[in-house]
Amino acid sequence: MRPGSSAAACRAIVVRDLALAWRRRGDALNPLLFAIIVVTLFPLALGPEPALLARMAAGTIFVAVLLAALLSLDALFRSDLEDGSLEQLVLSPHPLALLLACKIAVHWLTTALPLIVIAPLLALLLYLPAPVLPVLMLALVLVTPLLSLIGAVCVALTVGMRRSGMLLTLLVLPLLVPALIFGAGACNAAQAGLPFAAPLLWLGAWLALALVLAPLATAAALKISLT
Amino acid sequence: MNTLTLWFHQFGSPPTFYRVAGRMLPWLYAIALTSGAVGLYGGLVVAPTDYQQGDAFRMIYVHVPCAWMGLFAYAFMAANGFVALVWRIKLSETLAMASAPVGAAFTFITLVSGSLWGKPMWGTWWTWDPRLTSELVLLFLYLGVIGLNNAIEDTRQAARAAAFLALVGVVNLPIVHYSVVWWNTLHQSASVSLMGGSHISGSMLWPLLTLAFATHVYFFASVLARSRATLLALESGKEWVRDIARASTSGTEPAHV
Repeated sequence: MRPGSSAAACRAIVVRDLALAWRRRGDALNPLLFAIIVVTLFPLALGPEPALLARMAAGTIFVAVLLAALLSLDALFRSDLEDGSLEQLVLSPHPLALLLACKIAVHWLTTALPLIVIAPLLALLLYLPAPVLPVLMLALVLVTPLLSLIGAVCVALTVGMRRSGMLLTLLVLPLLVPALIFGAGACNAAQAGLPFAAPLLWLGAWLALALVLAPLATAAALKISLT
Repeated sequence: MNTLTLWFHQFGSPPTFYRVAGRMLPWLYAIALTSGAVGLYGGLVVAPTDYQQGDAFRMIYVHVPCAWMGLFAYAFMAANGFVALVWRIKLSETLAMASAPVGAAFTFITLVSGSLWGKPMWGTWWTWDPRLTSELVLLFLYLGVIGLNNAIEDTRQAARAAAFLALVGVVNLPIVHYSVVWWNTLHQSASVSLMGGSHISGSMLWPLLTLAFATHVYFFASVLARSRATLLALESGKEWVRDIARASTSGTEPAHV
């Protein structure tokens, strides 16, 4: 890898962001804890009846993951904006979309991957039938990058605002409705013994589209916000 | 520069727009009110009672034009947002942001009137049907655009950010729509279409089209009025605004309007 090339810049960003995440590894636990608490609240509110919980398990897990991802999105560009490195990224000669794609990828690795790892535990808490678990995991693997990618576009638009929490929710959630429908829909179909490939394929197609367009859109949004 | 671009540049300059829009406004309001009154009279009094739904079907005359306007306003906002982002035309930013609250209001009316219509027809105020859900998501998108526009201090930057969000919404809306179509539906399919001919009697159709025309004209009148106010605030340091302010404080009619 030639020093000064775009590949080297991407590598530097990935290494730096991973190092930063590792040094603040306590923060990475917050979304996990949040998701577990949300999932715990449902049986407490609805009663411990296994049949009812099993019926709601997939949907509840998706909602919990969505909310946890939303909670972590706010931090995507915050520290970079505060120490000025975000402006350096925008000014750098390398394609901004590529650099941001690296940042989003690291964000997914550090916040969404742990959520996927504990998903079987959440499924266990809610009596999700064992045969549905692989479908749930697959759907989560497809849905969580979408949350990070589409979330990044909205975060880029609100970057620099002091209290963006509620606004960010308003911007992100309508855009993520299909993720919830397809993801939870696939699990519900599998649970009912129906074919579940179609919603997963839809998610895959949408993910492919978002992988290409979202970094470009994030770059454009960031340029608007930082002018 | 050909005539069209020249016209575009002239009309796009805030003082000219302010003057021309000010001259058009009373006419637009008059046309909207007259055609709206004619359409409502035709719909509520002249049109025959539906054999199946009785008089409750007359809700169509409020519900459907507003639903069309909710979508039209979004398209108008997104198109202006695109122009604003690509060519950085100040007027397009203003127009895009002016149409957001109007579109949101139409979408809200659609939801409320649909709910009022649903109670006697379907026996329920609300159902999680694809069209209703899409419409609700559309309302949230509008609120997001308005919220983002209000949250950023600098008016022009706010308009550009919100216009960008509107464009992201355009890419996402078809996905949202087709994802919610998955559910089973109570909502009837469209009765009026440009391509396939309408399944609605002519005596019931003309008031509907008249009202659709009226809401379009009202939309433009409202957007123009809002844009004029925004432009005055945006250009408050400029000479032409000072002229208007001076004329209005000295009690004479401003030369521009």
